[in-house]
Amino acid sequence: MGLVGWIVIGFVALLVIYGIITFNRLVGLRNRIENAWAQIDVQLQRRYDLIPNLVETVKGYASHEREALEAVIAARGAAMNAKGPAVKGQAEDMLSGALKSLFALSEAYPDLKANTSFLQLQEELASTEGKISYARQFYNDVINRYNTLTQTFPSVIIAKLANFNEREYFETDDAARANVQVEF
Amino acid sequence: MFDQVAANKRRSALLIGGFVLLVVGVTAALELLLGFGRLWVMVAVLVAGVSSFLAYWKSASVALAMSHARPADPVVYARLHNIVEGLCIAGGLPKPGVYVVEDPAPNAFATGRNPQHAAIAVTTGLLAKLDRVELEGVVAHELAHIKNYDILVSTLAVTLVGVVVLITDTAFRFMWWGGASHRRDRSSQGGGLGSILGVLGLVFLVLAPLAAKLMQAAVSRRREQLADMSGVLLTRYPPGLLSALEKLRDDSTVVHSASRATAHLWIEGPVPRRDDEGRLAWLGRLFDTHPPLEHRIDALREL
Repeated sequence: MGLVGWIVIGFVALLVIYGIITFNRLVGLRNRIENAWAQIDVQLQRRYDLIPNLVETVKGYASHEREALEAVIAARGAAMNAKGPAVKGQAEDMLSGALKSLFALSEAYPDLKANTSFLQLQEELASTEGKISYARQFYNDVINRYNTLTQTFPSVIIAKLANFNEREYFETDDAARANVQVEF
Repeated sequence: MFDQVAANKRRSALLIGGFVLLVVGVTAALELLLGFGRLWVMVAVLVAGVSSFLAYWKSASVALAMSHARPADPVVYARLHNIVEGLCIAGGLPKPGVYVVEDPAPNAFATGRNPQHAAIAVTTGLLAKLDRVELEGVVAHELAHIKNYDILVSTLAVTLVGVVVLITDTAFRFMWWGGASHRRDRSSQGGGLGSILGVLGLVFLVLAPLAAKLMQAAVSRRREQLADMSGVLLTRYPPGLLSALEKLRDDSTVVHSASRATAHLWIEGPVPRRDDEGRLAWLGRLFDTHPPLEHRIDALREL
């Protein structure tokens, strides 16, 4: 075999190696997306679990704020049933809004504000809110890297051949984003 | 912001490259002066490497013990734990050990050889003086150190300084008791050029340890700036770290349990600053492990 033959073989070998590396990177990123999504779910579930306790505690001190309490319960139910990143994002924003107005109302009840379990719930919900938005941020960061890889040349070829499709971001509106920085 | 992170990474890579060049230069100078450099350098690299590696492997426990840090109780310090957990989610990092140092001075540090064996410690003063958003900024800075493997980078820098100091030190001793005659033989063979090179080599050897220490400080300052930027990349909220740094600047308490040995770890240089007004102030700043807080605040303002 001549020199040209060896060069061709070397070139093909390089192409195959590149293909394998890119394929593995795509698989790795796709798994990270699944993992990041699960992380968001864990935090959302944590928030769903905290809300009944909060509602019970607030009821004990401010039972006639029925409207705000019912809004929180309804928003929680809607959020738990929502499917898919876009719909879920919207429902979660609604829930954040309802919680925010419940905490705003509690300002008027000094006894409630002095209650230790209320204060604990407040810290837990505030930090869970933060964790939800950080989990979203991480999810979107991973999606960004994955989408970039599936769209840029030459990795786009491998992505198309192996059926790695573009993924959807976890969108959120600006009101909910600002909400994260609120000091409870 | 992404550009800042990339530029900082590039510059610290350049600095490490410069370090390696320095070691190569010292080797060449020794070769010239004494006729044997390579073996010497290999021994020095081995000695400095092994000792630094041990220090690196145990870095977390040593640094925590030296600063009297104790584990933060998850109930008492619920807020701190929650902030750390949230930011770890944002960075896709495992949760590090969380420690508290009983000290009124606001400060914090991170340590550990990799994200799986990391710890961050904050002083009680920091918890008392900063609000949630500011605390998040500081914790994000510390997590950025972990994420960027800064403990590894600074260990590398310390090792290379150790190599340079070790070689030049022993070289001078060697020349003192007998290497000199050997050198004269060699330079007489080379004539005038040889002796000029010999003098240059000697000057180089004298200055090399100093240069090494300067470069170590430069690496450290670069990593601090990088941690500021990649910390903000975690919180996506520059004003948090910004106002935390402003509070650190306005606070004059000094951390008692910190020493020069652990200075490079803290978010703000814990060793009291010299008077910054003097004519030689710029000289002192070259040896600082941290960039002036003003520079860091300005860099954050630009985002």
